[in-house]
Amino acid sequence: MRWRALALAAALVLLGGLGWAAFAPLPAVSREQLYEIPPGTSVRRLSGENLDILPHTIQLTLGRNDVLALRNKDAAPHIFGPTLIMPGQTFRLPFSMASTYNFLCSAHADGQLNIIVEPAPAPGWQRLRWRWRQLKGTV
Amino acid sequence: MSRAAILTVGAALLAVLVAVSLSRSPASAPAQAKVLKAGAFDPALPAPAFALPGSAGSEVTLASYRGKVVLLTFGFTYCATVCPTTLSTLAQAKRTLGAAGDAVQVIFVTVDPERDDAVHMRDYLAAFDPSFLGATGTPEALAAMRKAYGVTAEKHGTGSDYVMGHTSSIFLIDKGGKLRGLMPFGREPADFAHDITLLLAEPVA
Repeated sequence: MRWRALALAAALVLLGGLGWAAFAPLPAVSREQLYEIPPGTSVRRLSGENLDILPHTIQLTLGRNDVLALRNKDAAPHIFGPTLIMPGQTFRLPFSMASTYNFLCSAHADGQLNIIVEPAPAPGWQRLRWRWRQLKGTV
Repeated sequence: MSRAAILTVGAALLAVLVAVSLSRSPASAPAQAKVLKAGAFDPALPAPAFALPGSAGSEVTLASYRGKVVLLTFGFTYCATVCPTTLSTLAQAKRTLGAAGDAVQVIFVTVDPERDDAVHMRDYLAAFDPSFLGATGTPEALAAMRKAYGVTAEKHGTGSDYVMGHTSSIFLIDKGGKLRGLMPFGREPADFAHDITLLLAEPVA
C-alpha cells in the first residue's frame, strides 16, 4: 500500500512537471538577445587581434528573445551587424516574423550575418520540445 | 479500473488544467505601443549632416528638413530588385498616411554617381512619388557620406552592365534631425507608417 502511494506521488510529480513544461508560458524577462562590444575592442583590433564578438548565425525565438540588442561599450564607433553603432549606444532591432534574415556585416569574413527567427513554440508538444532543447543546451 | 489508477488520471488532468490556465496568463509584457518597428538607436544622436546636389536642381541638406521625418536610403537607379522594392514600399507608406505624409521626406542617395545624375534620378524617382528626392555628387563626397552612416557599396562586374552591391536598410531621422532608427530591407509599408506616425507625433526636440 505504501509503495503504491509512493508510485502515485511520483507519477503525479512527473505528470505535473510535464504538464507545466508543455503549457506554462515561456519566461521572457527582457526579450533581448544582447551582444556587447567590450571596451578596448578597437585597440585590440588595431594591434592585429582577431575578435569574434558576433556569431555568424544568431537564433532568436519569437515571444522569447526576439529583440536583437547590440551595444557598443568601446570608445570608437563600430559596424556591428547591420549598422554603425556609436560609442555608448545600443541598437535594438525587434523581429515579429519568423524567417531567416541576412545582413551585410563587415565584422565577418564573408560579410554576412544570418539571423534565424523561429516561431514561438505553441503550447503542448512544441513547447515541451523547446524546453527539452533548452535544458540540453544548458547541461 | 483500480482506485489508484483513477486517482492518478484525475490528478494528471488537474495538473494539465492548472498548467493550461497558467499558459493563458500573458506570456510576456504586452508590446509597447510606442516602440519603433525599426531597429532603434539608444541614445538617439544627431544624424550625420550632408549637402549634396539634388535631383530637384538645388542642394539637398538634412538641415533643411527639420520638422519633417526623413527616410534616407542608399541605392542606384539601375538596381533591378532592392531599390525599386524599397521605393515602392516607401511610396505606399506615404500614401497610407494621407495628409500626414506631407511631413515625410524620402531622400535616395545614389551609390552610382557614374550613371545617376540629377536629371536621371528625378525622372526615375518621379515614377514612385513626385516628392521623393535624389542626391548625387562626387564619388568622394558620396563615399564620405556612406562612411558617416556606416553604409557599404561595392561595384560588381565590368563594362556598362555593372551592378552595385549596397546596404539596403532605410534610416529613420526624426523631426529634430536625430537618427532614430534603421529599418531592414523587406519590411511592410505598414511598419513604416507605424514608425512615421510615432515620430510625427513627437514634439520637435
